[in-house]
Amino acid sequence: MILTKAQYDEIAQCLVSVPPTRQSLRKLKQRFPSQSQATLLSIFSQEYQKHIKRTHAKHHTSEAIESYYQRYLHGVGKNGAAPVLLELANEVDYAPSLMARIILERFLQEHEETPPSKSVINSLLRDPSQIPDGVLANQVYQCTVNDCCYGPLVDCIKHAIGHEHEILLRDLLLEKNLSFLDEDQLRAKGYDKTPDFILQVPVVMLCPLAVEGHIIHWIESKASFGDECSHHAYLHDQFWSYWNRFGPGLVIYWYGFIQELDCNRERGILLKACFPTDIVTLGHGAAAP
Amino acid sequence: MAAVLESLLREEVSVAAAVRWIARGAQSSEGDAGEAAALSSLRPLRKEFVPFLLNFLREQSSRVVPQGPPTPAKTPGSSAALPGRPGGPPRGGRGARSQLFPPTEPLSAAAEAPAARRGGRRRGPGQARERGGRGPGSLEEGVGGESPLWAGSRRPRAAGSPSRARSDPPNLSNLEEFPPVGSVPPGSAGRTKPSRRINPTPVSEERSLSKPKTCFTSPPINCVPGPQPSVLDSSPWGQGLTAGCRSLQEEREMLRKERSKQLQQSPAPACPTPESGSSLPTRTGNLTAEPADPAKVSSRQRLELVALVYSSCIAENLVPNLFLELFFVLQLLTARRMVAAKSSDLEPSPGVLGSPESPLFQSVHDCVFFAVQVLEHQFQVLSCLDKGTLKLLAENERLLCFSPALQGRLRAAYEGSVAKVSLAMPPAVQAVSFQPETDNRANFSSDRAFHTFKKQRDVFYEVLREWEDRHEEPGWDFEKGLGSRIRAMMGQLSAACSHSHFVRLFQKQLLQMCQSPGGAGGTILGEAPDVLSVLGADKLGRLRRLQERLAAPQSSGGPCPPPSFPGCQAFFRDFILSAGSFQFNQHLMDSLSLKIRELNGFVLPQPEASEEDGEADVDWQGERRQFAVVLLSLRLLAKFLGFVAFLPYRGPEPPPTRELQDSILALRSQVPPVLDVRALLQQGLRAHRAVLTVPWLVEFLSLADHIVPMLDYYRSIFSLLLHLHRSLVLSKDSDGEMCFLNKLLLLAVLGWLFQIPTVPEDLFFVEEGQVDVFEMDTETSEHGLDGVPVVDQHLLYTCCPYIGELRKLLAVWVSGSSGRSGGFVRKITPTTTTSLGAPPLRTTQGLQAQLAQAFFHNQPPSLRRTVEFVAERIGSNCVKHIKATLVADLVHQAESLLQEQLVTQRQEGGDPGQLLEILCSQLCPHGAQALTQGREFCQKKSPGAVRALLPEETPAAVLSSAENIAVGLAIEKACTWLSANITALIRREVKAAVSRVLRAQGPEPAARGCRRGCSRA
Repeated sequence: MILTKAQYDEIAQCLVSVPPTRQSLRKLKQRFPSQSQATLLSIFSQEYQKHIKRTHAKHHTSEAIESYYQRYLHGVGKNGAAPVLLELANEVDYAPSLMARIILERFLQEHEETPPSKSVINSLLRDPSQIPDGVLANQVYQCTVNDCCYGPLVDCIKHAIGHEHEILLRDLLLEKNLSFLDEDQLRAKGYDKTPDFILQVPVVMLCPLAVEGHIIHWIESKASFGDECSHHAYLHDQFWSYWNRFGPGLVIYWYGFIQELDCNRERGILLKACFPTDIVTLGHGAAAP
Repeated sequence: MAAVLESLLREEVSVAAAVRWIARGAQSSEGDAGEAAALSSLRPLRKEFVPFLLNFLREQSSRVVPQGPPTPAKTPGSSAALPGRPGGPPRGGRGARSQLFPPTEPLSAAAEAPAARRGGRRRGPGQARERGGRGPGSLEEGVGGESPLWAGSRRPRAAGSPSRARSDPPNLSNLEEFPPVGSVPPGSAGRTKPSRRINPTPVSEERSLSKPKTCFTSPPINCVPGPQPSVLDSSPWGQGLTAGCRSLQEEREMLRKERSKQLQQSPAPACPTPESGSSLPTRTGNLTAEPADPAKVSSRQRLELVALVYSSCIAENLVPNLFLELFFVLQLLTARRMVAAKSSDLEPSPGVLGSPESPLFQSVHDCVFFAVQVLEHQFQVLSCLDKGTLKLLAENERLLCFSPALQGRLRAAYEGSVAKVSLAMPPAVQAVSFQPETDNRANFSSDRAFHTFKKQRDVFYEVLREWEDRHEEPGWDFEKGLGSRIRAMMGQLSAACSHSHFVRLFQKQLLQMCQSPGGAGGTILGEAPDVLSVLGADKLGRLRRLQERLAAPQSSGGPCPPPSFPGCQAFFRDFILSAGSFQFNQHLMDSLSLKIRELNGFVLPQPEASEEDGEADVDWQGERRQFAVVLLSLRLLAKFLGFVAFLPYRGPEPPPTRELQDSILALRSQVPPVLDVRALLQQGLRAHRAVLTVPWLVEFLSLADHIVPMLDYYRSIFSLLLHLHRSLVLSKDSDGEMCFLNKLLLLAVLGWLFQIPTVPEDLFFVEEGQVDVFEMDTETSEHGLDGVPVVDQHLLYTCCPYIGELRKLLAVWVSGSSGRSGGFVRKITPTTTTSLGAPPLRTTQGLQAQLAQAFFHNQPPSLRRTVEFVAERIGSNCVKHIKATLVADLVHQAESLLQEQLVTQRQEGGDPGQLLEILCSQLCPHGAQALTQGREFCQKKSPGAVRALLPEETPAAVLSSAENIAVGLAIEKACTWLSANITALIRREVKAAVSRVLRAQGPEPAARGCRRGCSRA
């Protein structure tokens, strides 16, 4: 699951040419049989997000919005039950959920005096039944259900996966008898930055081939693949901030990461793709794997 | 000088009397009347004697081709280099040297000396600002730019009167006559490079070419990489260079007479070096050392005499800097050869370097003889040098050849020297930990302030990391790279009014990073902030140390390097400069002052002063380490306090005119000092705590600007320091006095301070008489430190890395021709001969030590204090317990065994001394049990103590870890002491028991037994 930069680039390259569909993902799986489904999906999702970010502006010009809206009106005018919006999104190569948002925003602008707030839009996307127009509600629903990278459902799934891994990690810590403070406890104590776990008594993680162990004060769980883009953002917003306060720590990218990114070990940020087994605790020798 | 020497030679005056005379003036009534009379006629010259002597020696050795760190050329006065220079009539200002001859007018020179100095400081405009950006505030650059001048100004102003005001064309005759003590004259900077830091070739080509008489001024002070030397126009120096001729002629005359006398006594040939032609050795690098032969020494008596006077001056602390003189002496010892003095080479003033017929040093043999003589007198100091230096000295073949006795003593000292092992782990850069008690929202006035500080912390470390990564890249500039980010951050800070939070972070980070070896730039400093490091030297540490040694700069910058900010300190300095925030600086000064006051009140835990010697040792290492940590922290904080406090006033040069100076003085004298250092110094002296206070005060003062020493407040401080310096006579070793190494540390730091460019050079020699004698508390102060051996060699070298220059000098000598190898060969001599086996990779011990360190990082500081306190007390109690149980049992056994023995012995007539041996050989092996018992004791006692002292709410995991660490530390402490001392302890107790028993038996055998016992135990 830990990929070299070259391996990663190969996968990413492969993704550029395929549309963001389940079929593509299946093909990807065949192409890289040694990689786990989750890793590929995570990379897939990240690459798609990068793609969307790149083209985001293009879809948000007023001309584009107007043209999408007209096409939508025209489409539903012909057949309100057909997946007009979804097909439109696929055709222009934009995420269906985001396309739905564009159209919904445009629709609300037309039908209400005040421009809709972001939270209103979000809640409507989450629950399309609240949308005053039944046809649009159906169209939006089709989009969010069929979007595998954006939208409230995906967000929900991601959140659940993240939480699941935190629970997993917590269980591992308890199992190893490592005492810790979790995010909620830290927040209650007034910490300004809160990793998932702070170990009350630090441990040393031994790495195969490395000369020395690494002291670990905190652990952050990331239920995603660590690519350059996300890792750098995390470093800046989270990992270094943790280091600045609590010293060296561990980041677990459960779906793997690019090996080359694990370059701050000496500085105090260690990357792993699973909970390390080779641990030395204070007062005890190396724990049995 | 000559007159005094003459008196000495004629045996009219004894050396002791002369030195007494120099040191204390007329008050010395102890001498006999004849001596007093002989000397009293010379009274006006008394003060000038020492500077004269020092300069005289420098000058006399000018033809020596030295080796070692570059001893920059004394350039002015070379006719070859400045052919068109007018000889010029002798100016009014003659060197003080001439005054020392009775028939000269003493005041003329006195009137002019300061101007010469001031002239010396004159330089091309804008030099110090070359680095732009930071301007005069940037210390190192400023010093760098100044270094040639510092050099120039560093000679003691022999004439000594500060009253001589501006005399326009700077009179350089003095400089010419006085090769600076402590530095290089800035002379012909246009040609030579006065600001070389490390010159690979000990004697530069240009020097030897341009200068037939490369004068060899001992302290190669001029080693700061500075701006272009060309800025320093040599022209101010080009005038009046021959002014000293007349006096030199006179002296030459004296010397000639002197020498003819000598020649009558010993017809040893004055063997000049076989230098052919007028050209000088062009490639000094190829110079092989001339062998030195004791048989070829030209005028033993005179050399011995001068050496004795010189040594006595050193011993009486009449010289400003002890180690500088030692450096000079070692340069003489390791002189490669002498350059021939040919009259054809001499410039218009052929006498400048003394008459070729009668120099003090006529050959390498003379130099070496003199050096060895002085070294013999300085043995006590030498024996305190590090093992490496001792070894090099003991192995020096010249020294062996000239004084086998001294060599023997050095060898013994070397063998007796304790190998020092730095157990401390070099810490990686660590962040200051977040402590909810001080850092959470409740400590801030608003959410906004809280979040601003959150961001600031992150920016601060981001900047720090970037600095770490990039500051060694060529072309990287702190201000350019980080300046705007820092200022943006500081801007937010003032908006949020939470400077104090940031200052606390800054100061903690400073202490955390810079106290450590890497941060200090030294190679041997142990981080030492805690006992934990004893748990195990980790392999990482070793590798890092090795790396440091390999990567460390070759030289710390000569025996008197300018104040600098090595290693990580540079980050903090540049941060302050780039931030340029008044508010920040003010908060920082407040915070530093407070911390300094707090640490300065450090009290050694002196558990039971009455304890027997052996047992007191238990706490020994810990105390020393604590002291070292406090001292090093204080020095660091004080240095930064000085830096920030004097930052607004720091300029590259002193005020150019007297009027300006007076007005500045008037302004400055009404500004209260940032911290009442005088009061702290006075308290320190009174309470016998100089060994703690003075070293940090020196750091503080070393960053003062030029005006500071002239302010009454600070002048009185300097006067106290001078008085202290004089009083630290190393050979005096009375009760209640300061410990030797404590004294040595103070002498070293004070000596260094007196060489700082901003400290007026006349200060040392002029200041006298008006000393407000500080009275010391006669009763030994409770918290006194001076009498406690708190300083060890390690600390001495850590505080004064420049002492290591002595070793480097000797190492170069060993390395043979330094030219071939490109100069200074950096020899890596392991400082420890023990325990450097295979590096303990991944040893449990190393990891555990690391973990224990890390454990405390995120815990409140009180937890650590508690654990260390428990460990220390339990460890100490453990030893007492062992003594009361195991040892007491053994003594009982001894007594009963002895009774049996005595019964048999009475029949056989055995020897009580032998008895003791028998008993000990039977009982001492039982001492091994002490370790097991000690271990058990600590395991049993520590956890309960920790539990009782920590808060009830401590999490279970934290509590049990704290207990484990306390147990480990207590065991470590107790067992270290026990394993080292248990045998001796048993022996001592048994011996006491034996003599007790024997005394009870009858007086006669008891006495015998005791005597024998004593001689053995």
